Amino acid sequence: MAFHAMGDKYTAAPFWQNGPVPGAFYKFPDVNRNPDVTFSQRSQTPITTATSVLGIVYNGGVAIAADILGSYGSLARFRDCPRVMKVNENIILGAGGDYADFQYLKDIIEQKIIDEECLDDGFTLKPKSLYCWLTRVLYNRRSRFDPFWNNFIVGGIQDGQPFLGTVDKLGTAFEDKHIATGYGAYMALPLLRDAVAAKGDIGLTRDEAKALLVRCLEILFYRDARSFPKYHISTVDIADGVIVEGPLQLQGYE
Amino acid sequence: MSSIGTGYDLSASQFSPDGRVFQVEYAQKAVENSGTVIGLRGKDGVVFAVEKLVTSKLYEAGANRRLFNIDKHVGMAVSGLLADAKQIVETARIEASNYRAQCGSNIPLKFLNERVSMYMHAYTLYSAIRPFGCSVILGSYEDDGPSMYMIDPSGVSYGYLGCAVGKAKQAAKTEIEKLKLQDMTCQELVKEAARIIYLVHDELKDKTFELELSWVGAVTNGLHQRVPDSVFAEAEKSAKAAMEDDSDSDTEEM
Repeated sequence: MAFHAMGDKYTAAPFWQNGPVPGAFYKFPDVNRNPDVTFSQRSQTPITTATSVLGIVYNGGVAIAADILGSYGSLARFRDCPRVMKVNENIILGAGGDYADFQYLKDIIEQKIIDEECLDDGFTLKPKSLYCWLTRVLYNRRSRFDPFWNNFIVGGIQDGQPFLGTVDKLGTAFEDKHIATGYGAYMALPLLRDAVAAKGDIGLTRDEAKALLVRCLEILFYRDARSFPKYHISTVDIADGVIVEGPLQLQGYE
Repeated sequence: MSSIGTGYDLSASQFSPDGRVFQVEYAQKAVENSGTVIGLRGKDGVVFAVEKLVTSKLYEAGANRRLFNIDKHVGMAVSGLLADAKQIVETARIEASNYRAQCGSNIPLKFLNERVSMYMHAYTLYSAIRPFGCSVILGSYEDDGPSMYMIDPSGVSYGYLGCAVGKAKQAAKTEIEKLKLQDMTCQELVKEAARIIYLVHDELKDKTFELELSWVGAVTNGLHQRVPDSVFAEAEKSAKAAMEDDSDSDTEEM
């Protein structure tokens, strides 16, 4: 094309007809609106992020585990960011994604619990209620194009039965017997499924479930560049209530 | 109160010629008509006891409680008009919640007392509103030990080792003064508190009452809670036994 435009063989051919001069911005015809006024960016991006969260139902309880790294982009910047929390005597909550968003919601949830204790009417928040509440909050924020950039895993005991559910930043929510978010959905979930399937109807014991989650964290640490060998693991048990352990260290990565 | 009808009692914003604010004094009268409430501050915590008068047999047991949680670590006992008191309770809860949101820790009782008393005092300053017809006792157990404050309708507050308000406050105070409060534990105080409430209850004028007991201290890990059923039953039993002994010795003397 456009050989006629070539002055001589020593001059470069134009990049394209009427296109931008190399190194300059192309000015579209008829567009001279101020982009600051016309467009507004309503979604956000996560800043300090945390990677996968893992959760599994075992016989008589639920276990949730997550490492304690706060990544700044790919930089392993904050190394003490616990993100598995006890909500009350029968709920635990794990979070991944933007750490500031998690801290904000954590404060709100903690105040919710205090308000409820103040009522002193013998009722306490149940895992399904917290799960439902989180879906509403996250869905509402995504609908305003300003999502909370988190993956939550809610674990708990309700009516004597273990409960495990997850909500993501779009408000998508589901319950399952084993849940892994982020990179864990690719790397850890098949392992969790295999382990549960191998046990069949017998189910896992608490110690087996915990060992399995730790093993998954280790495998994630091999492959997930945003992971870390220090973690928290929490169980909520029909018999023993809530236990949060950590920070613990993966064996052999001291 | 002899100058009733002299025209200076119509507004909380006007002094009488002898320097009194009658509306505030009437509010204090309202408190004196209510059941007795006591607060005891021992060496490892604070105990509240309430003589909740029940004016009809037809009421459900346990209704209209006079002991409230303000935050995890703060309790409030109220005497006087219950509806007015609930407004104070709500304000105190909001203040505690605000402090937590802004400072990230439990509100020190000293600060909470300051804020709640300023709120009650504000209601003694304007002609359009009336003072609160209630007195409240705040109690908490913090790092530097137990603390307890009582706020009266004028908005004045003092820190106390032991305090009493309501119908039989004089008799209750006399009993409290006999105790060596600073050497006593919460367990001991609960029994004394129950005994005093049973002792000062006037069976002739007010037939039935419900005892309410709550505590905050080392026993509860600094949380304000109703005393457990077993402790309550024991305290009530020994209070009734003390009454029996008392009446027995009375009859012997006669």
